[in-house]
This record gives sequence, C-alpha cells and structure tokens, in this order.
Amino acid sequence: METNQAKVQEKNEAAVAPLIPAVDIIEDADGITLKADLPGVPRPGLAIDVEGETLTIEGRVDLGEPARMTDVHAEIRVARYKRSFALTRDLDAERIDAQLRNGVLTLRIPKREQAKPRRIAVQAQ
Amino acid sequence: MHPTFTASFPGELFPEFDAIQRRIGRLFGLGDPWPSSIRAGAFGAFPAINMGTTQEALEIYAFAPGLDPARIEVSVDKGLLTLAGERSRDLPDGRDIEVYASERFAGAFRRVISLPQDVDTAKVQASYRDGVLKIRVPKLEAALPRRIEVQELERSH
Repeated sequence: METNQAKVQEKNEAAVAPLIPAVDIIEDADGITLKADLPGVPRPGLAIDVEGETLTIEGRVDLGEPARMTDVHAEIRVARYKRSFALTRDLDAERIDAQLRNGVLTLRIPKREQAKPRRIAVQAQ
Repeated sequence: MHPTFTASFPGELFPEFDAIQRRIGRLFGLGDPWPSSIRAGAFGAFPAINMGTTQEALEIYAFAPGLDPARIEVSVDKGLLTLAGERSRDLPDGRDIEVYASERFAGAFRRVISLPQDVDTAKVQASYRDGVLKIRVPKLEAALPRRIEVQELERSH
C-alpha cells in the first residue's frame, strides 16, 4: 500500500505544478500590502526572493503527518506553493517586511521616497 | 479501505446528493464525478480538506489559514463532524487605498464530514498550527487490528 510519505515526496518533484496561493493586494500612499494564504507552511519552509524586478514567494507544506498514513481524500494534492509578481520601479524591494502568522504571509513593500504622492503647489502668476 | 465521507461545499443546497453521486460514480468505476483540480487549493471550497487513515485513527487536515483558533467551531453530532467559523476581510482603513487583488476567502464557512462507523467520536482531538486545523478521530478499541495469541495445549494421553 502506498504510504502518504511516499506520495508527498512524489508530489514535491519539480515536474508537478505548484499550487498558486490566493492573495490580496492592496496599495496605499506609502506602499503595497500583499497577503498570501500559505496554510501548512512553517517559517523554515518559506522563501521570499527578489530577482531583478520579480518577487517570488515559495512555500513548502509540512503537516507532520504520521508516516504510515493512507490518503482517503485530498483536495490539496501538492505540497508546494509558488507565485511570482512583477514589481515596479517605484517600489523599494530592499525594504520589504515579511510576517508569517497562522499560515498567512503578509508582505509590506514600501514605496521609494521620491515615488510617494505629493501635492504640487500651483503658483499664482 | 475507503471509509464513506461526504464533504459539503458552502452554498451547496444538497450535500447528500453530492455524496450519493460520488457513491454511484464509484460503483460504476467512474471515480469522483467532480475530481478536485490540481489547483483546487487556490480557489476551491474553504477550507480545503485532506483526510487520511492510520491503523489507530482518522486524520483530518483543514487548510484554514488566518483564523483565531479560539473561534473555530468543531463539533460532532450523529456521526457528522462539522467545522465552522468565520474569516474577516481585514482591509486597512485609509482613504486612498486601491485593491488590486482580493482572492482570499472572506466570510462564514462550514464544512461537514461524515465519519466512518468504526471511530470513537468521544475522543476527537483538534489542534491548529501554521494555519492548518488538524483533527484526530481515534478508531474504536474494538476496531483496532490486534493479534490473537495461539495457545499451545498439552495433549493429555
């Protein structure tokens, strides 16, 4: 009988497409807040990378399942999440703040100072 | 080794019908009439549920991130295990906000799982870690596999 352990390993292979986590993306005057659902991903299983202007979130699920478990029903069939986002120049990738709590990743991507909105005074002639 | 289960989806009026459909599908070797997509996790029912069995217990994993564990309702009644709760959409307040994506589930949820006959519903345990609610339903003592010792009898002449 196929054990769950073997199944998860099989699913972890790169050939299997990862799950796409659901996200909320909200912009305000100072930056962008991105929330991603990554249930089952512990802190060591999470990787956030910025390469050029691409932000990539990757997470590996670790449920600590008993080794001798046999799946009887599975809606989450892959133990890996991955999603990429294109950043724009006005965002400061150097100062991204990340928090993972109860399976929800919250990223705060601030805007560069010069990119923040400001009011331009119109001078009377 | 497939204990019967039904999974009711939010907003679905006739979960029993769904379960019957699945059973009929199995009988005719059609598999599940609605197989979950490989990406069902992102946009399917909330929370997504995985189930597995060991010799000792039925293990249920509900992928329910961002909840307050004190407010998750887990109950068992007449062989049905119900998970219920609510996840709020925590939008930051402020005047000048722009929402670009709003894919994460928000609102009340409820999922029902029909438990197999051989479990002990008095000993259900639930824990919450990394946004996954884990429910362990032990099998009844009588249902556990055990070995019966063969006694050797002295032959009396």
